[in-house]
Amino acid sequence: MIRLIALKDLRILFVSPLAWGVYAVVSLVLAWLFLTQLDQYLAMQSQLASLSPPPGVTELVVAPLAAAAALLALMLTPLFAMRALSEERRLRTLPLLLSSPVTEMQIVLGKFLGLWAVLLPVVALVGLMGASLALGTRPDWGLLLANLIGLLCLLAAFAAIGVYASGLSAHPLLAAAVTLGLLLGLWLVDNAASSPDGALRQFSMSAHFSLFNRGVLDSADVAYFVLLVVVFLGLAVLRLKRQRTGGR
Amino acid sequence: MSDTPFELTLRAVSLGYAYAGKPAVSGLSFSLRRGEVLGLLGLNGAGKSTTLQMLTGILPLQQGAVEVCGHDLARDVLAAKKNIGYLPDTPPLYAELRVDDYLAFAARLRGVSGAAVAAAIQQAKERCGLADAGRKLVGQLSKGYQQRVGIAQAIVHEPPVVILDEPTNALDPLQIREVRTLVRSLARQHSVLFSSHSLAEVEAVCDRVLIIHQGRLAADEPLTTLQNNGGLETLFIQVTGDGKANS
Repeated sequence: MIRLIALKDLRILFVSPLAWGVYAVVSLVLAWLFLTQLDQYLAMQSQLASLSPPPGVTELVVAPLAAAAALLALMLTPLFAMRALSEERRLRTLPLLLSSPVTEMQIVLGKFLGLWAVLLPVVALVGLMGASLALGTRPDWGLLLANLIGLLCLLAAFAAIGVYASGLSAHPLLAAAVTLGLLLGLWLVDNAASSPDGALRQFSMSAHFSLFNRGVLDSADVAYFVLLVVVFLGLAVLRLKRQRTGGR
Repeated sequence: MSDTPFELTLRAVSLGYAYAGKPAVSGLSFSLRRGEVLGLLGLNGAGKSTTLQMLTGILPLQQGAVEVCGHDLARDVLAAKKNIGYLPDTPPLYAELRVDDYLAFAARLRGVSGAAVAAAIQQAKERCGLADAGRKLVGQLSKGYQQRVGIAQAIVHEPPVVILDEPTNALDPLQIREVRTLVRSLARQHSVLFSSHSLAEVEAVCDRVLIIHQGRLAADEPLTTLQNNGGLETLFIQVTGDGKANS
């Protein structure tokens, strides 16, 4: 049932031009960033060689690319998230799901997987561009992998937050605005931290992602994102249950 | 699923529902028998849709109990819901999907196994006059055809109980007649409960009528006895015409 709901969402999305348009823009932006970074690296290569140890191409090209992809995904998530539950309520299709023998948990998980899957091509693009470095040199596979895992975790958190925010309102644009607000808030919260090790940093998605970005795979960071997913999906389930008591 | 041995397919006992403390439905009890078409009649705002939404598990049961083919809706939600097919007042259609894909989704969602889906869709389409529309996009169909797709999704899993919320709303006279014929034909295999605010419709289609007024059950009569006592209209005016209707 979870898979059925996720696949239905994906199917509806991919027959509309929205997903394809967004993917086109994302590949254009990421390719542009990748090529400019690579160009700069090649121009500076002789100077870099004199540093010890010299920074590698993966560090100078792929890591910034992944960081940019994360920001790009942050902006994309609201676009797709507003369709998840908000649109179903606006178009009055939610009763079909609610009157069917599926639990609220299954509906929310289906929506979450559908949304996560829509965002995954961003990770794939970064992975392919990073791997293409192997044509000319030996990339740092470990760093590339850490970045990809980091992006996967981050996008799962984005999707969970998106599904929750989407359940808050029957107005898709409002749902999109709330999604963007929550994502930016959790992304930037470490700016308010008084010290680099302040407690607020522990809540920040960017602080946890930056470790992946530098190639550090820490189980605490993975746990942070898993916790974020669980909390927001739990809230989404509660919200859906409460909504039913809230009337038409 | 249509061979379940329960004579009563649906039983509602003292249903009650309040929106923010304001009662919309209270003390509503009735039952639905196999093969019966039951009309739910009432003025706009009388509580028809609220009642139907409670029966289908969309609104929680604040008060009372519902039993569908022997399954309690509160304790055994999924089993009870499997036995219901529901068409809300706005058909829950995904405009971007083809009719076949949409009906397949609805069938799978209601628990039809993968191997049986194709046959279920085929049958639902034939019964609703959609045999040639399978490849069309739901969003490009006319209003009347969309309503047929809405009914098709409610019967695609062969539920013992079919609940239709104002199925003839906003249709032209010809389409209304088609939907009525369809509802009558459904009664051979399903129990049908449908709401309406048209007296003529209830008279044309139903075996029995429930009249709801201000959230309470005002009448529960077989149509055959009504025909001897001045007809449905007399009864309806009698129970609703006390001037307090919120028209």
